[in-house]
Amino acid sequence: MDLRTTYMGMELKHPIIASASPLAEKLDNIKRMEDAGAAAVVMFSLFEEQIKHESAAIEHLITSGAESYAESLSYFPDCDDYDTGPDEYLNLLRQATEAVDIPVIGSLNGITNEGWVNTARMMQDAGASAIELNTFYIPAHLYITGREVEQRYIEVLKAVKESVTIPVALKLSPFFSAFGNMARQFDEAGADALVLFNRFYQPDFDLDRMEVAPDLELSTPSEIRLPLLWIAVLHGRINASIAATRGVHSPVEVVKYLMAGADVVMTTSALLRHGIGFLTTLVDGLEKWMEEKQYSSVGQLRGAMSQANCLDPSAFERANYIKILENYAPDYG
Amino acid sequence: MPDRQITTIDGNEATAYVAYRTNEVCSIYPITPSSTMGELADQWAQEGKTNIWGDIPVIAEMQSEGGAAGAAHGALQTGALTTTFTASQGLMLMIPNMYKIAGELTAAVFHVAARSLAAQGLSIFGDHQDVMAVRSTGFAQLASGSVQEAHDMALIAQASTLETRLPFIHFFDGFRTSHEINRVALLTDDEIRAMIPDEQVIAHRRRGLNPDHPFMRGTAQNPDVYFQGRETVNPYYAATPDIVEDKMRLFAELTGRHYRLFDYFGDPEAERVIIIMGSAADTVRETVEFLQAGGAAVGILQVHLYRPFSARHFLASLPVSARRIAVLDRTKEAGAPGEPLYLDVLATLATASANGELPGGRMPRVVGGRYGLSSKEFTPAMVKAVYDELDSDTPRNGFTIGIHDDVSHTSLAFDPGFIIEPDKVVRALFYGLGADGTVGANKNTIKIIGEDPAFHAQGYFVYDSKKSGSQTVSHLRFGPQPIRSSYLVQSANFIGCHQFNFLERTNVLEKAAPGATFLLNSPVGPEAVWDQLPRIIQQTIIDRNLSLHVIDAYKVARDSGMGNRINTVMQTCFFALSGVLPKDAAIAKIKTAIEKTYGKKGDEVVRKNFAAVDNTLANLYPVEIPGRVSSELELLAPVPPAAPDFVRDVTAKMMSGLGDELPVSMVPVDGTYPTGTSRWEKRNISMYVPVWEPEICIQCGNCSLVCPHSVIRAKFYDEAQLESAPAGFKSSAINARGLPDVHYTLQVYLEDCTGCGLCVGVCPARSSKEPGRKAINMQPKEPVLDGERDNIDFFDTLDYVERSRVDFSTVRGVQFLEPLFEFPGSCAGCGETPYVKLLSQLFGDRLIVANATGCSSIYGGNLPTTPWSRNAQGRGPAWSNSLFEDNAEFGLGFRLTTDKQLAMAERLLKELMPQLGEGLVEQILLAPQITDSELQAQRERLAELQHKLQQLDTDQARHLLSVSDHLVRRSIWTVGGDGWAYDIGSSGLDHVLSLGRDVNVLVLDTEVYSNTGGQMSKATPLAAVAKFATGGKRVPKKDLALQAISYGNVYVARVAMGANPQQTLQAFREAEAYPGPSLILAYSHCIAHGINMQHGLLQQQRAVMSGYWPLMRYNPEVRASGENPFVLDSRQPRISFREYADHELRYRMLSRTNPAEADVLMELAQQHVNQTWRLYERAGYQGSERRGSSDVHPDAGSPTT
Repeated sequence: MDLRTTYMGMELKHPIIASASPLAEKLDNIKRMEDAGAAAVVMFSLFEEQIKHESAAIEHLITSGAESYAESLSYFPDCDDYDTGPDEYLNLLRQATEAVDIPVIGSLNGITNEGWVNTARMMQDAGASAIELNTFYIPAHLYITGREVEQRYIEVLKAVKESVTIPVALKLSPFFSAFGNMARQFDEAGADALVLFNRFYQPDFDLDRMEVAPDLELSTPSEIRLPLLWIAVLHGRINASIAATRGVHSPVEVVKYLMAGADVVMTTSALLRHGIGFLTTLVDGLEKWMEEKQYSSVGQLRGAMSQANCLDPSAFERANYIKILENYAPDYG
Repeated sequence: MPDRQITTIDGNEATAYVAYRTNEVCSIYPITPSSTMGELADQWAQEGKTNIWGDIPVIAEMQSEGGAAGAAHGALQTGALTTTFTASQGLMLMIPNMYKIAGELTAAVFHVAARSLAAQGLSIFGDHQDVMAVRSTGFAQLASGSVQEAHDMALIAQASTLETRLPFIHFFDGFRTSHEINRVALLTDDEIRAMIPDEQVIAHRRRGLNPDHPFMRGTAQNPDVYFQGRETVNPYYAATPDIVEDKMRLFAELTGRHYRLFDYFGDPEAERVIIIMGSAADTVRETVEFLQAGGAAVGILQVHLYRPFSARHFLASLPVSARRIAVLDRTKEAGAPGEPLYLDVLATLATASANGELPGGRMPRVVGGRYGLSSKEFTPAMVKAVYDELDSDTPRNGFTIGIHDDVSHTSLAFDPGFIIEPDKVVRALFYGLGADGTVGANKNTIKIIGEDPAFHAQGYFVYDSKKSGSQTVSHLRFGPQPIRSSYLVQSANFIGCHQFNFLERTNVLEKAAPGATFLLNSPVGPEAVWDQLPRIIQQTIIDRNLSLHVIDAYKVARDSGMGNRINTVMQTCFFALSGVLPKDAAIAKIKTAIEKTYGKKGDEVVRKNFAAVDNTLANLYPVEIPGRVSSELELLAPVPPAAPDFVRDVTAKMMSGLGDELPVSMVPVDGTYPTGTSRWEKRNISMYVPVWEPEICIQCGNCSLVCPHSVIRAKFYDEAQLESAPAGFKSSAINARGLPDVHYTLQVYLEDCTGCGLCVGVCPARSSKEPGRKAINMQPKEPVLDGERDNIDFFDTLDYVERSRVDFSTVRGVQFLEPLFEFPGSCAGCGETPYVKLLSQLFGDRLIVANATGCSSIYGGNLPTTPWSRNAQGRGPAWSNSLFEDNAEFGLGFRLTTDKQLAMAERLLKELMPQLGEGLVEQILLAPQITDSELQAQRERLAELQHKLQQLDTDQARHLLSVSDHLVRRSIWTVGGDGWAYDIGSSGLDHVLSLGRDVNVLVLDTEVYSNTGGQMSKATPLAAVAKFATGGKRVPKKDLALQAISYGNVYVARVAMGANPQQTLQAFREAEAYPGPSLILAYSHCIAHGINMQHGLLQQQRAVMSGYWPLMRYNPEVRASGENPFVLDSRQPRISFREYADHELRYRMLSRTNPAEADVLMELAQQHVNQTWRLYERAGYQGSERRGSSDVHPDAGSPTT
């Protein structure tokens, strides 16, 4: 049985990848993912806001109340080797790439082309096999046009592509008025892969507290349909690799995505629900299904059907990031 | 001479630099102003920096200075090179060990940032009372007078101790030297090595205890040999001055910097000489230079080696021409014939004279004087006054200088206009807020300029007595020569006012030199600003020909992404206007400094600061000065005319920064001050204040309960009273049955508000139409200020509800109790003060508080104003602070008095029963006194009793009258932080709890030494970073609750108001009602946790939800009824420890410095939480059955759910 696939020029032993999730915040987990059979690992997302604001938040908290009262001119030890911004992330990435043989893909989450583009290069220097740009932007400003939004995505992609030599994947939301056209534009702008689709932050309301509540739920198998649709549409029509993500909870979804035309299939929710060992179940399940249906290679399977839907792990990182950075500065004064 | 690194550092760092490099063990305990030395040593150890032998010294934080001295003694006795850093009360606690260390001829240096001692009041500031108090211990004493000297003498002391075998105190003036930043030529490690011969180090080690060569030291001695033993050391003391002199000579050869045991400066044939030590010597020297230029034959003898006092060296250093000598002591020895240095000088001269060995032949006239206590300014004008006094026919002895003593008439007059600031020195004054970064920016400026070889730089910073909205004044000097002016800037040629509203109350131009530059952060542009200036400011600008420049720094900062941090903006203005450095070069240096300072903190911070620099220059405008004064604005009076006399005459002066002008007669003789003066202060420090929305409010009382500053008050009253209310007075019908025509008002004292926002956070009521709007919302103050002032005046005319009508058992009820602790100067959003305020509400009119030194004694008792207050009947908490370490014992003393005098009163009552009436006496003796109505009834009986007693003309009656107040049950509380309860006062607390007497203990547990800046205590949790736990604390905090429970008869509660205010309330009431010892451990969020204080209560909730801080009560009285006294008031943990900890920088820091270790500690912390939870759960298991009927539900009343 030949499960091999190629993703952004990287030959993988099979098409199942552990996608960006908080599980990858620990080196041990990354090692366990390799042991459980992951073909590659996407690191958890480093948020643009994190790079920009964490240092500001720390600076604010360290200086709050300092130099005000003669007995307590500071409240924290002065540490010269204090890592801020991407340092912690890069250290983990470096350790991960040294510790495992499978490709480790760095993940950046942002929407402007300032500041964090450098971080992509640092990820490359830290040993990342590729970069996954997890871009979502909610154009809440009522004067921003669809064209401007599209242009912003293109600029981010180009900026990152110019800063690195390793492949760059683009993880996208489906909410473009003409997604097919956008996919073509991303393809032409140099995207090495499109990852379909992320789930951007959608607030819920807490009616007891009468507050907006950043809720987050794990994906369900029914969510695979939208990605399935677009993967099926795009398969064979763009040069970029296609990764499917969302709603993978059993080998069934893996098969469906591959049959729609995905080069790789990513999963997070299943691993959060069932543990990292579930990767083995997915790979074994895929192999078993192919045996039963008498497929001899993933290549045969890929794109054999076209239909649609999905999951997104990024909200986890968003939630994690929000935990510490929430309103670090007072609202008043 | 080697290439020498020049740097700008303060005296603490200059000293610690040497101490760290020359020692192996450092045992310390934080105390202002010496804490920085220990913190730096710990930081360097964490960074892996080594001493001159390539080893990283061991740094051990102890539980007290007594502990630090004990550990030092032990380390020394086993042969380690050992040091410690301390001051003031800390040095007092070291005295017993110091006698031992000296008696055993042990080489060691204790570095002391000399500070006042607590007498009629505590003072953190500098003088020599502490070091003078230990002059009899046998330690040698070496004094430094400047930052460079502190650096150099630290080494000379270390070198000397190893050779002499005498332990040394190396001291320098607290704050004036410890905190002054100045340019220092750093010693190289080679120079340090050259001063410390290895053979002496090895000899020191060999004197240590060693079972391979056993001996014993520390025997008990009897009359036969003790005396002789004390005399054995004499040769060592006799040899020491010459050895120190040799070390100074060697030091000079190595470094080019010359010192002598007594350094003389001035006219070689001076007739008038001042003898002095410490930082004031530089001021005297500067004045001598000035006076000499005018032809005066004056001089100064600066004492470096004070003990052993070498008569030979002294006499050799004093000019033979000296006829009049003033010896100035920075200490006070009440009742002595003179202060110590004066007596030493006098004895030396008298002895020499008697022996015919006086070099001049004739005994000079010697007078002694006191100066500079508690960092009182000591200026050239004062120096001149002393020289002038020496010139008089009969110079006074025992004089004071720097104050106006109109009681004992000791003080010398001086001319404040005698100012000798050199023209070639740029003198700058900056008025800022603690929160606006002014001090940080100025420290940065000093570094930038001070590291330019062409300049010397000096910086000194004066801070406020408050922790919120505090004003800072930075005093900077820059010049081509070393700067020796060890006093505040007296004549500034640059003045920066970083807050426009300071102009309302402060004449910031008082010290402006003619032609000075005035930089003003102004929201008003250059065209309109003139008309907004007070008259005195306009007048000064015109009279002294000042130039005025304005910038809207807050706008520039916001536009640059810096939020409210205006530090970089104002720093750039200074460089652009002052001309100290060429503008472009200065800007480049600022940017380099920004990169250096913030580079590790991320590109984004650097980018924003760069933007701020660039935007500043485009927004800095000169103001055209009109020819005449047009303003009619006068500076606001510090207090209103209605304030009491003491507040108007004394407190107001202190509030205005004019306390130096108060004569001795105006200051209370014994440290007794009136309570309730904070209400006159009206600091107006927040631009945003809570505004009440009556139509949304559910009158729950949460906001009032949690307000850390007692700014939110509630009253209910008859509707008819509204007839005279101002038009804008807010009111609504009370939300309670059975009270028709009764209205409710929640009044915000917005001029006292710090803007913390805790009230908004806990408000559970929201508008159904606009969910973002609560019943209380932060809004800009200015639009509502005038109307609310009228409302407050009216609200004050409404009576507080009678206590007997208040439901003490609910938060809703407690809001109607008058807080007798109001408007403290604590941090905005303080997590401690809500508990303190609650204490005052529940028991305030019969409360007596023993307060351990720390945050609570500072916001509770730091002058000028006092937050503990009194009610309309004149009753209120009586408060005192003894020390840090003895608070439990101090409070027990209150109990002992109360018990004794109550027993006396009861005995006398019985004896006087025939005269007083059996009924009244029995009613008083048998009265229950738990509820407020019972207490009220007892007060009425007491009033009747006292009335009757006043009619009886007998000794018995007079005695009973004098102790009869005790017949109303007193509520005795000892209050303090975790530094006291877990560390320095733990043995006393333990003992007091063990005695079974009715003492209530409230521990405001911030889990760190908050007041001294965040040092680890035994309450610091596992995995948290703190000073002295830079690498994360590796052991869990002590479980003080379980420790106290082990006695079985101690009421114990663990509370967190943010998680369950109802449980907090119940615990306070149970503890107070319990007739034995009670201990309440109160989770107090703190600025030292690295949190947004606005969410402090939510964080308390998380602490409880994670199981880290299980709420519980242990009530021994319950056991009497056969039930489990242990009640666990928390539910099962619902979030992980990490989910709680991730919100706090103290935990997050380690994940940024050492992620792997952070993960390990976080896991250990979770395990510990699990273990503790299981323990508590088991202890409370039986209680859970009972809990169903309890009125405290787990986590009930949570303000955020």
